[in-house]
Amino acid sequence: MALGKGRKSSRKSVSLMSSKSKLPYIYLLPAMIFFILFMAYPILNVFFYSFQNYNITKPYLNGFVGIKNFVQVLSQDAVFKSSLLVSLKWVVSQVLLQLILGLFVALILNQDFAGRGMCRAVVFAPWAVSGVLTSMLWALIYNENMGVLNDILLKIGLIDTRVAWVSSYDTTFWALSVAELWRGLPFFSIMLLAGLQGISLDMYEAADVDGCSRWQRLVYITLPQLKNTIVLSTLLRAVWEFNNVDVIYNLTGGGPVNQTTTLTMYLTQTAVRDNNFGYGSAIAVIAFLLLSVFAALYIKLTGFSKEEE
Amino acid sequence: MSRAMKKREILIFRIIPLVLIMVFIIFPFYWSLNTSFKPEGEIVSRNVTYYPHDFTVDNYVQAWVDVGFSQFFLNSLLIAFISSAVTVFCALFVGYALDRFKFKGKNSFMLILLCTQFLPSSMLIIPLFLTFSKVGLINTRMSLILVYTAFQIPFSSIMMRGFIQKIPVSLEESAYLDGCTRFQALLKVVFPLLTPSLVACLSFAFVSCWNEFLYALMLINDTTKMTIPVGLSLMQGQFDVNYGSLAAGSMIALLPAIALFAYIQKYLVGGLAAGAVKG
Repeated sequence: MALGKGRKSSRKSVSLMSSKSKLPYIYLLPAMIFFILFMAYPILNVFFYSFQNYNITKPYLNGFVGIKNFVQVLSQDAVFKSSLLVSLKWVVSQVLLQLILGLFVALILNQDFAGRGMCRAVVFAPWAVSGVLTSMLWALIYNENMGVLNDILLKIGLIDTRVAWVSSYDTTFWALSVAELWRGLPFFSIMLLAGLQGISLDMYEAADVDGCSRWQRLVYITLPQLKNTIVLSTLLRAVWEFNNVDVIYNLTGGGPVNQTTTLTMYLTQTAVRDNNFGYGSAIAVIAFLLLSVFAALYIKLTGFSKEEE
Repeated sequence: MSRAMKKREILIFRIIPLVLIMVFIIFPFYWSLNTSFKPEGEIVSRNVTYYPHDFTVDNYVQAWVDVGFSQFFLNSLLIAFISSAVTVFCALFVGYALDRFKFKGKNSFMLILLCTQFLPSSMLIIPLFLTFSKVGLINTRMSLILVYTAFQIPFSSIMMRGFIQKIPVSLEESAYLDGCTRFQALLKVVFPLLTPSLVACLSFAFVSCWNEFLYALMLINDTTKMTIPVGLSLMQGQFDVNYGSLAAGSMIALLPAIALFAYIQKYLVGGLAAGAVKG
């Protein structure tokens, strides 16, 4: 490509690109200041606070306590244990649901038909909707007394009595899941659609000549070609759903009986509601360590270290 | 394949699933819009109506004036705009340095940028709350602007780098020949070409800041300084929820995000693929 060639020759002629220049560091400076003050320093602080008793409501107990917080979290805290399980259930079910439905949507939107652009815009729209707003929109639908879901199901005859979708023990997790699926669908649809558009049409033509069925084309061409996209977007989404708090906080508040309290939701409750900062920091450190595994995996899979040599 | 079979196949594999998906996506929007135009009595009635039988805009007036959405809206606008403008300013230089320079520590810097995307925002709530309390920035809009900017810079930088990569270096070279300094070339040659990309970056950051909830909840407790997501959340948490103004408030919150979304739609694919966890 002409563009690539031009870049190569210029690398030599522009001496400013040498490693001696201070200019790049000056360019990075504003971003670095923000990073150090509002990310690096707080991260160090979390580790520091995790070894402290730090509770605004009981200031007389504040002080260094060693690993007491960690011992308590790991060995005595039943909510922590259940929150780990809920997190696992939440991440796995969300990613699977979003991936399958997202692939389905991407396959449809990848076809050529009138009004495709419009359909894409609509399907991607929930991407711009916040977690708070998602929970508002769905709360109106799920509401026990005036909600439309009960009304429709009653009219069809699928249920006999009104169900409190969000606050019943049995339905709360799945009510939450559908709302989050609605918001998460665009991410996978967008990523997979981009992946689909990168697949060469020749392969499908060859398959047509060989008389492949629709299903065979999907299994033998599309899915293998999409493998990288699927692995990466699944990983990214898993991290994102693990960290996701807004929808849960506003739709179920983690209840009933901690049925929807994920690890990050528990962390948020400890911080926002209980103001138990030392204990919360210990949970945060554990979440941080768990996510480091994901980050390392992502970096390895994207081949980041090789690409930048 | 016969024509009839082809038609049937299109119906099964395209039209029916497409309609189902579209209904799933559109319905929550429609339902909130529908609710926002109904009077209180019609909303809470067990006789659910699928369009407002007794059309009213009272809910909007109530949300905007009585609940204080005019103030929330203004706060959100101010905070999101300043944050995203500062973000894009920082990201422009980071993106430029990462693409056009070779320097020591570049790899580590890139790695840090990527890793920040994995941090749960709930993790830094405690230390940031305590730090802001100590320096007296708690309950100020400034605290949110600082946090949002810091959180948006990594993603914006990665995106910006991608945009700058697409601008040929030769353009800058000719500027040097004409006697421009490196900085002047950036300002006069690269910057104008980047304008659409800058707007895209700004919009991405704006939507994220506009939608942010957790920090806005934790760092601000004065009603006059609250942002829209917190305002909505508080309304829903009340004992006697006024669903009409809640729905109207939701529509107000939705409007800027969807409007910007229309613009950034074509950048979504590139943006999300840039290795961002933001979805």
